[in-house]
Amino acid sequence: MKHTQPQLDTSPEVSDEIRKTTCYMCACRCGINVHMKSGKVSYIEGNRDHPVNKGVLCAKGSAGIMQINAPSRLKAPLKRVGPRGSGAFEEISWDEALEMATSRMSHLRETAPEKLAFFTGRDQSQSLTSFFAQGFGTPNYAAHGGFCSVNMAAAGIYTMGGAFWEFGQPDWDRTKLFMIFGVAEDHDSNPIKMGLGKLKERGAKIIGVNPIRSGYNAIADEWVGITPGTDGLFILALIHCLIKAGKVDLEYLNRYTNSPVLVNCDETHPEHGLFLRDDDGKMQVLDRTSGKPVPFDGKGVKPDMAGTYRNAGVTYRPVFQLLAEKYLGEENSPEAVADRCGISAERIRHIASELAFTAFEEEITIDQPWTDFRGEKHDKMIGRPVSFHAMRGISAHSNGFQTCRALHMLQILLGSVEVPGGFRFKPPYPKPPEAHPKPHCKVTPGAALDGPHLGYPMGPEHLALREDGSAARIDKAFTWENPMSAHGMMHMVISNAHAGDPYKIDTLFLYMANMAWNSSMNTKAVMEMLTDKDENGEYVIPNIIYSDAYSSEMVAYADLVLPDTTYLERHDCISLLDRPISEAEAMSDSIRWPVIEPDRDVRGFQSVVIDLGARLGLPGFVDDNGDALYKDYADYMVNHQRRPGVGPLAGFRGKDGQGKGRGEVNPGQLDAYIENGGFWVDHIPTEAQFFKPWNAAYQDWAVERGIYDSIQPYVFNLYSEPMQKFRLAAEGRGKIQPPDHLREQVKATMDPLPIWYPPFEGTRVNEAEYPYHALTQRPMAMYHSWGTQNAWLRQIHGRNPLYVSAEIWKEQGFKEGDWAKVSSAHGEITVPVLLMEALNGKTVWTWNAIGKRKGAWALDEKAPEANEGFLLNHLIHELLPPKGDGLRWSNSDPVTGQAAWFDLRVNVTRTDAITASEPSFGTIKSPIGQGPNEIKVGAK
Amino acid sequence: MTSLPTETAKKLGLVIDLDTCVGCHACVVACKGWNTQGYGAPLSDQDPYGESPSGTFLNRVHSFEVKPAEAPAQLVHFPKSCLHCDDAPCVTVCPTGASYKRAEDGIVLVNEDACIGCGLCAWACPYGAREMDQAEGVMKKCTLCVDRIYNENLPEVDREPACVRTCPSGARHFGDFADETSNVSKLVAERGGFDLMPELGTKPVNKYLPPRPKDQAVEEFDILAPLLEPVATDAGGFLGWLDKALERI
Repeated sequence: MKHTQPQLDTSPEVSDEIRKTTCYMCACRCGINVHMKSGKVSYIEGNRDHPVNKGVLCAKGSAGIMQINAPSRLKAPLKRVGPRGSGAFEEISWDEALEMATSRMSHLRETAPEKLAFFTGRDQSQSLTSFFAQGFGTPNYAAHGGFCSVNMAAAGIYTMGGAFWEFGQPDWDRTKLFMIFGVAEDHDSNPIKMGLGKLKERGAKIIGVNPIRSGYNAIADEWVGITPGTDGLFILALIHCLIKAGKVDLEYLNRYTNSPVLVNCDETHPEHGLFLRDDDGKMQVLDRTSGKPVPFDGKGVKPDMAGTYRNAGVTYRPVFQLLAEKYLGEENSPEAVADRCGISAERIRHIASELAFTAFEEEITIDQPWTDFRGEKHDKMIGRPVSFHAMRGISAHSNGFQTCRALHMLQILLGSVEVPGGFRFKPPYPKPPEAHPKPHCKVTPGAALDGPHLGYPMGPEHLALREDGSAARIDKAFTWENPMSAHGMMHMVISNAHAGDPYKIDTLFLYMANMAWNSSMNTKAVMEMLTDKDENGEYVIPNIIYSDAYSSEMVAYADLVLPDTTYLERHDCISLLDRPISEAEAMSDSIRWPVIEPDRDVRGFQSVVIDLGARLGLPGFVDDNGDALYKDYADYMVNHQRRPGVGPLAGFRGKDGQGKGRGEVNPGQLDAYIENGGFWVDHIPTEAQFFKPWNAAYQDWAVERGIYDSIQPYVFNLYSEPMQKFRLAAEGRGKIQPPDHLREQVKATMDPLPIWYPPFEGTRVNEAEYPYHALTQRPMAMYHSWGTQNAWLRQIHGRNPLYVSAEIWKEQGFKEGDWAKVSSAHGEITVPVLLMEALNGKTVWTWNAIGKRKGAWALDEKAPEANEGFLLNHLIHELLPPKGDGLRWSNSDPVTGQAAWFDLRVNVTRTDAITASEPSFGTIKSPIGQGPNEIKVGAK
Repeated sequence: MTSLPTETAKKLGLVIDLDTCVGCHACVVACKGWNTQGYGAPLSDQDPYGESPSGTFLNRVHSFEVKPAEAPAQLVHFPKSCLHCDDAPCVTVCPTGASYKRAEDGIVLVNEDACIGCGLCAWACPYGAREMDQAEGVMKKCTLCVDRIYNENLPEVDREPACVRTCPSGARHFGDFADETSNVSKLVAERGGFDLMPELGTKPVNKYLPPRPKDQAVEEFDILAPLLEPVATDAGGFLGWLDKALERI
């Protein structure tokens, strides 16, 4: 047959219209172009103009079309009619649902507001939800940070006024050596992939530190397959090598950190370990010229980090000397840590030398003059092109806070933060710990809480304790067990509420958090706690209200379900007051708006919160007459002002719509956002783009934009004075004292200079009995439990075998197709195994949240996710193994309360072939039926 | 059987950089999303919420472990779609002329109106790059987004395949291999781009860039080692060094 070819129309119509909004298939908040055909979504692609993703889009984002047509979407408010956990519901009207919620909550507010516990999951409206909880008057509010990555966030804020992801990013265009620690395959998804692509294009080196070599680590030039929980040891060994060789940026340390600040070194002194301050409270440094202490921020001060100062019998030494002494010790040498880290001493040394070489021999400069906060002029910007990124792998350990602090210390010693080629903050960061709110917990029936719930304690006086010293909050955040729990401890709420420890609650109100499944430790017991009844036959947790868009496992455990919309059916604001989307060179925020209308009787949760606030008459939600201030969330986004001129959205403010950051309310603001592609960007002036904490031009710009109300330059806290204040208390000093059983823990873990200690679980179990580490990772194409309901994504990640290292595979005599019993001190599961060589020898792992409960997510009971699929959560207890003192010790970081997911120790043994993972649970009755047998998206 | 054009004016195709691909599947889903509503029949999914979900995808990512003798194991992510071969066996095997290679740009397509769903082409393709749509009974394959790359209803910058436009790490490149000065030709020349299974003689147009060498062993005499020479042997010496160093700044 001779070659012939048909005529083809190569310019078909693409779509009727493009609506630009913000993705919500994960927490990265990329800009999307939603193509519409005949009023329906036909295709979703990345928005090229958007600051976050610049046109690209991940698998989840492109699969958004399958989320908005997912059969798992809830359809109407539901009232429980069967036993809790059965899934038996009847549909009710919104009026009835809201009446049910408000009648009970209103009574609680008047009598005991703390009996409402309101916790939200991975939502992006914490600025609103916390405002509601504050107005309600309960101290029991937080979002999911406590079981996610609070160690990373809190260590960053306490050390340098910002951490990774939303707080800052590597200077992708200039960095020459990039180290990435403990990042599964996500946060922040597209920006990291785009950044890695840039590094590859320029031939910059990437070092991946992770027990598992998948995703980003798969393309790293060098893989450091570290033993879980030892990152801190490795980092301190790098620091040891660098200090020993003098490969630290002394000028940077002197100018921009508390390295030269004088510390009281008299162990008998009540202010031992605290800074020498003048009458104004200013930290003092030793002036090299005069030999006298002077304020750290004086113009022309030349601090002397080599000297010491004695006054009234007390010796004061600069932070740097204490730091050098601590890390020069041989216990931090590469040889001393190599075995525990699973990295050879030669390799540790080589990586340290590469850091030194790149930072100091490959210095880069930008010809851009700038002026610092002391008034000194600099004719150029000097950069150290070494950068870092880290996330849950290092933070989800009980030593995570100190490990994250150690990593920031490494960055700072190299002089690589806020410099060209290094790590750069994104507005509204940098923001030092002092500039953040403090925790508040004072309850007054019928009135608002005395301030915001969450914040950064600067000493024992900021703990959330009641007068008798017991925890004020149901999650025991901000107590001596974990003083700096800046994001709360959502993972302890159900367990504590069930135990009535520190007190009983009435209503557990949860949003978008799958606490009866993958978001809880000890899942089986949590399900039992949610259904447990007291001696009167009443549920121990009396009332559970849950809002979700989808038929998740948690839905079955609610008494009242408030169905949320999908992300394309709602208003949202990605606010600078919340979790911002700025870039290092620009401040930015964005919105979601209903690009389609819901076809079900559902409401956006944020609008429901505003409605509840008005029905309850909460301050900030009603006017003086008691009338609702806002019609819905869209109305709030435009008209709410947190401070005069500063509202949820920073862009297009003022009557003329030209206001940036500050300005009067603009009724046309949302239209302006939509017109602009759903976002707003304002670029930082060129001379303000680096050295932000100390750059006068940046500080002025930030005040102008409403980021700060007054300039607030600060120096980085290599030494954390607030931590020392807690330690002093533990030593018996001061009025606010820890209980005796916690003194040793506070003394041991609240070291003001970063330390490493073994993850707790490993010290409580017999390591010979549980010789291996078990981890989870989130795949790039799935977001927690959300992906499984998505017909396209579950074809990519529908199964989660336990990946087993070659070493363990051989030790246990596994062969292909085998199943294994995996046991921990807490429980046992039976799961399918698969060999993976690119894995730390002592480690097994699986994908997070692929396993599903039968009946949830509108999946068939035979779905592999509900049969072979499994959760590691069953092996992880929210409490540590008992140590015989009768106390409940949380399985969390003792500094922040971060859930220590990755401390898990297990044994893995072969078991005779079976066909379904254990434990398995009964089928939940689906409140929305099941999906169709075939789909043809885009059929003409 | 169906003839191939004797030559094509252009050779449009993809370069896929295996050194940069993180295996995120963004290309897989963008492809599915665009093509289910674009060229020909939709890409259907069977049992989408059930025991064995199985749908039509024109592009898939496979992951392989590689274990070098003296270095740690590596994971290579390998995206695969139709390679638009110059000697495409899927075309010559087609009994109806439905499978064809375009003379102007070399894109291999299926004319669905003429496709009888016999599946011979999928059998003939050594790369497994064709998938029979179970709902429509027609053969589906990568079209190189022929309905995007020339589409005057799209902004010029968007006239590239959906997989290339969406790739977050920039591991996918689209261009004309017949033009030695094109971006794709240059990448292949610079980075040693290679053919997939060249021994089969299919002359694939798409090329892969190999992963760069990884995990190089630390040399016995590390040239960077002098950088870590201690500045002093004891604490007093360290303070002396510090004092002198501070004097210099």
